[in-house]
Amino acid sequence: MFRLLEDSATDTVTVRIEDREYDVPAGISVAAAVLLCAVNKLRNTPVSGSPRLPYCMMGICFDCLVSIDGVPNRQACQVEVAQNMTIEYQQGAAELQQRE
Amino acid sequence: MEYDFIVAGGGLVGSAIAYGLARQKHRVAVLDGGDRSFRASRGNFGLVWVQGKGADFAPYAQWTGLAAGLWPRFVEELETETGVVIDYQRSGGMHFCLNGAEWDERVQEMEKVRQHTNGSFTYEMLNHAQLKKQIPQISRAVVGASYSPLDGHVNPLYLLQALQQGMDYHKVHYFPGQSIDRIETQQGGFLVHSTQGTLSAEKIVICAGLDNRRLGEMLGMDIPVIVDRGQIMITERMQPFLNLPTLHVRQTAEGTVQIGYSHEDAGLDDGTSPSVLKTLAGRAVSMFPLLARVNLVRAWGALRVMTPDHNPIYQQSASCPGAFAVTCHSGVTLAAMHAGPVAGWIAGSSELDLVNQFSTDRFNVSPA
Amino acid sequence: MKSHYELLVVGAGPAGLAASADAARLGIDVALVDEQKAPGGQIYRNASESADRAQVYLGKDYLRGKRLVDEFLQSRATYINNASVWYLDDRLETGILVDGASHFISADRLLLASGAQERPMPLPGWQLPGVMTAGAGQILLKSAAMVPTGRLVLAGGGPLLLLIAWQYLQAGVEIEAIIDTTPGAGLLATLPRLARALPALDYLLKGLSFILAIKKAGVPVYKAIDTLRAEGRESIESVSFSTVRGKRRVEVSIETDTLLLHQGVIANIRLPLAAGCEVEWDAQQQGWKVIRDIWGQSSANQVFVAGDCAGIVGARAGELQGRLGALEIAYQLHRIDLRQRNRAAQGIQKSLKRHLSIRPLLDALYAPSKAYQLPHDETLVCRCEEVYAGQIRQAIRMGCIGPNQVKAFTRCGMGPCQGCLCGSTVAALVADETGATMEQVGYFRVRPPFKPITLGELADT
Repeated sequence: MFRLLEDSATDTVTVRIEDREYDVPAGISVAAAVLLCAVNKLRNTPVSGSPRLPYCMMGICFDCLVSIDGVPNRQACQVEVAQNMTIEYQQGAAELQQRE
Repeated sequence: MEYDFIVAGGGLVGSAIAYGLARQKHRVAVLDGGDRSFRASRGNFGLVWVQGKGADFAPYAQWTGLAAGLWPRFVEELETETGVVIDYQRSGGMHFCLNGAEWDERVQEMEKVRQHTNGSFTYEMLNHAQLKKQIPQISRAVVGASYSPLDGHVNPLYLLQALQQGMDYHKVHYFPGQSIDRIETQQGGFLVHSTQGTLSAEKIVICAGLDNRRLGEMLGMDIPVIVDRGQIMITERMQPFLNLPTLHVRQTAEGTVQIGYSHEDAGLDDGTSPSVLKTLAGRAVSMFPLLARVNLVRAWGALRVMTPDHNPIYQQSASCPGAFAVTCHSGVTLAAMHAGPVAGWIAGSSELDLVNQFSTDRFNVSPA
Repeated sequence: MKSHYELLVVGAGPAGLAASADAARLGIDVALVDEQKAPGGQIYRNASESADRAQVYLGKDYLRGKRLVDEFLQSRATYINNASVWYLDDRLETGILVDGASHFISADRLLLASGAQERPMPLPGWQLPGVMTAGAGQILLKSAAMVPTGRLVLAGGGPLLLLIAWQYLQAGVEIEAIIDTTPGAGLLATLPRLARALPALDYLLKGLSFILAIKKAGVPVYKAIDTLRAEGRESIESVSFSTVRGKRRVEVSIETDTLLLHQGVIANIRLPLAAGCEVEWDAQQQGWKVIRDIWGQSSANQVFVAGDCAGIVGARAGELQGRLGALEIAYQLHRIDLRQRNRAAQGIQKSLKRHLSIRPLLDALYAPSKAYQLPHDETLVCRCEEVYAGQIRQAIRMGCIGPNQVKAFTRCGMGPCQGCLCGSTVAALVADETGATMEQVGYFRVRPPFKPITLGELADT
């Protein structure tokens, strides 16, 4: 899907996407991390269930909504990755019940 | 005359009446406003609501009860004719009480409505434990609720769309983007001059919301209309968690959560204000703490069409017979009434004694 | 962060940075709010950090961003980053969300420099994973040094599409094909504009150098495109279209892993509209622009606009507009007198004129194709609520004469993006179906929140 242009040894953080761990460069957005890790979707829409990935990367399209550290419907392109962050796909609408 | 009826206004009230008239095979034209007109119908909360209504005016309690009773049949016919599913559910509805005083006041109101309707209005008061059983997410801050099985809700925008399809189905001529400059009375009817040109009809019904005062004057009627701004918010879609509407929070069939409501005198400004939005959000979160982490998607203001005593006006002009005015703020709940008995009353095809209680005469009583 | 400033600037792109730096220099108590972590906006995104890379493949224009960012950071302006403007109304109450806390900031003057967005390019399959905007590709390049793997296709038109193609080629990325959807104004139509654009010869030469580089790299460029569509089940698998080969129209299908779309940029007028600024339709740009005087003062009291949010002018002109705004505001707030203002403005005006002279030519050369403004019935228009063009046309035929009624009937524009990705299409469809002008049709009524806020954050404002 996407790759890093330079192998320059930038700092990395470890994030968990679904049930796998990945090392990604620190400072990039969750949306960029997801594209780098070649996962094939972030969510299925609440309307038709169709799969989506980030589209605009600048916070306007809301196609990259995803659950981050248990909080659903966050814009992946607007959130920076952090060490031990947990990213989970969203199947349709989010539950009101949330983990603390 | 080109038409039997011209209906001025294509919101929920005008559309329901035009639809009702057209179903009785009358030739009807609807003159509607533009895309940016004030439209109370687009700011609606979507309740088909009985509880508490008319506590201080018995005819309104009875009127609302009749309307709610007509709803199931009305929906069935409307959906069958148009194919538009309007998400109607007569699920019962609740009004939350946040303290003992609110509870006591609520009991009194509900009791009044019960008496006004000779007991046909039914309700229960639920304490916190009983409420919690039905709605597990409810906050401890809610001491209890009034519940009436007669309440329900609907998607108000789909209702408007269905009425519009229904008008189309019954060959109503619909003219959008109109503003009415002048109405003339002439032998056997009315001439209405608008952006469109001139249309003629034997009878005219003004359902133009805030414009009813101006149009009423053209027809010899004094329609006291008061502007009342309400602000509403809606969240992103969530999984179903609330299976019945409440007066302040309701989950739509799509999953979004609608949060109301407010009353303000803001003139003709249909915008929003941060302080009211904050209050609405605070109250919703105090009722459902889990909503704190849900994203707001839209907030808007809309102008309610109020009368001095908040009850509807149904009036036939004394000086221009054949001219009718309808003014109310419960366009959803009363839609079934408007499409049925009220359309019949206007057409002169059926009796409706109760309607006389809603004439503007009630405002002209000189103080004793 | 204080609750009041003399001047509040929204957006840390070239216009906002220049306005803030100059205003601070002129002694104005100014704060700049921006939703990104670092200043630069979209055009100079990450400019302070990725300057080394810029030399290699981002191009030297990008270096200018670093200078502008440095100028701003060294000024006395207050910088409020990671902050989104979620609320604004015509009383200029400005609600800002920072770290999950909402604050209201008032100001004597508001300068909106909230930039542009890419013009939505609805075509069948544009919602499939693997389809993104060219701007998204560029953001990944600038902020994360990421480039597509696999087979890459670019489609659409406009300077940004050429720029990213050039940047990818510089970075050693292979491009499978470029699908040029611009209708092409024809040489005759562009000639008069070409003459007017001569003062901005550098823009022309730059564009030409991109085209030559693409040619030299042997990237196939398809033109005279029809029925462009993205195809695939769970993600994009191919892009298909018809094109003219010799005298025949032929069907082409290219296997694709990533498709980047672009058909120009449009002003992001939501905040100006919220503040009560009047707008007008610019037929040349096929977009809205905010009505403003030469200093950027809008029709709304105390509200200034600068840069692309008021109509597309480009980065350099945006910067200059920001500087003019700062001058006028300093004059209004009695920091400088009329003569000082006019003197300082002279050079800026001249330079601005030069940078604007290229616009008519660019607008004509890269006019968006009707095909992606008036999509076929089976094309998704509203990505949030999943409303198709056919449903919108049906609502219009039922009597909806404007976008707000279409919204009420179809839910188009009611989702989280609040119509950013469908607003222009809906308005174009209404105009096309009813025969009304865009000005008559208008735009979605803008309503808060302009950026996400939770009910809890709102309750704690």
